[in-house]
Order: sequence, then C-alpha cells, then structure tokens
Amino acid sequence: MSDDMDFEEGGTVKKFMFVNRKAPYGTIYALEGLEVVLISAAFDQDVSLAFLDDGVFQLVKGQKTDGVEMKNFSPTYRALEGYDIEKLYVERESLEARGLSEDDLLVDVQVMSAAEMGDMMSQQDVVISF
Amino acid sequence: MLHIVNKSPFDTNALAGVLRVAKKEGSAVLLIEDGVYAATKNSATEASLKAAGMPVYVLQPDADARGLQSKLMDGVKMVDYGGFVDLVAGHDNVQSWL
Repeated sequence: MSDDMDFEEGGTVKKFMFVNRKAPYGTIYALEGLEVVLISAAFDQDVSLAFLDDGVFQLVKGQKTDGVEMKNFSPTYRALEGYDIEKLYVERESLEARGLSEDDLLVDVQVMSAAEMGDMMSQQDVVISF
Repeated sequence: MLHIVNKSPFDTNALAGVLRVAKKEGSAVLLIEDGVYAATKNSATEASLKAAGMPVYVLQPDADARGLQSKLMDGVKMVDYGGFVDLVAGHDNVQSWL
C-alpha cells in the first residue's frame, strides 16, 4: 500500500517519447503504438509523440477505411488532447519527401527539422519506438 | 507481366526493383496496401513512377484508407477489387514483389 502511495504522490515525472515510423494500415505497429500511448496517459507522465519517416502518414486527413474493412483509428489522434497528450512532433523532411504539408494533417502538430527532432529525442528519459 | 507492390517505397526497395528490372512491353505495375504511397503527388517517388514506361494502377480502397483520394499523381489508373482480378486475368503472369 505504501508503495502505491509513493507512486501516486511522490513518483517522479519522466519524459516519455513515443516514436512512430510506420504507415498506419500495412502493419499493426501504428495502432498498437497508439494503444500504448493511451495507456501511458493514465500514469501522469510527460508524454510526447514523434512522427517521422512513414509515421507521418498516420496523421493524414481523410482516411476512409470502409473499402478495406479495417478500423479507421485516425480520429483517435484528435482525442489525445483530452488525455493531456498535446506534444505531437512531426519531422519536416519526412513530410516533404512524401509530398505532404502541415495542412494535410488531421491534428495540430509542431513541425520541426530533423536536427530539432534529434534534440527532442536526446532530452527524453525514455524513448519507445513503434 | 503484372508487377504487384505492397510496401511503401520509403520503407523497402520493392518498387525500385520493379522499375529497375521489369521488361516494359506487356507489363504493368499495380500498387496495393502501403505500395499506394508511391503514387502520392509531389513525393520523392513521383518522378520515377512517371518514368516507369508501364501503366501504373492503384487499388482504390487502399488509397482511400490512407487518405490519398485527392493526393494521387496524374497518370495512374484507379482499380477496385474487380479491376484487380481483371488485371491478373489479363496478364500472362504475375509477380508479387515482397
């Protein structure tokens, strides 16, 4: 019991970054990563999400999955704000290589250079990659 | 031959393999699943696909799932699942580039 109390009241807040590098439907990584992010919200940590390489495709507007009979989980990214997860970082170079811009994304994000992304990563206590 | 690619061109070199190796006469490329990202307008892969010298088909349900409805380059042809079957039936042979 006392351990639980320590966790809830005295536990230190760590910086967690979830790094997303896979497109949304070709593999299960993106959906599973999002599930873990939602779970992490219960632990009151300092959580951020990074999107680079094909991970930027997770945030593209207008996903319509009826034809492939898969769950369209993209609206969940807009719900993250409600879980106090508001730090969404997107690498500019990854967007540009894919013909995308910030306007093509379904949620407000912070677009940054590869170098800035590297800085963000290096500041984390824990980095979890999907 | 019908060449089918189901992986993102940014993730694997399957599409690059098709474009390097495929004998162009009588061939076509069909992009499915994450392969459809290759046909995104203004992307790094648009030029190589334009220079493919073969008809390029995109499986529409996969493009729609990924939000690419209005983002596809000119010159690609959309097919549905029935069109997929017609393409397979209409070529002498098929290769899925895994």
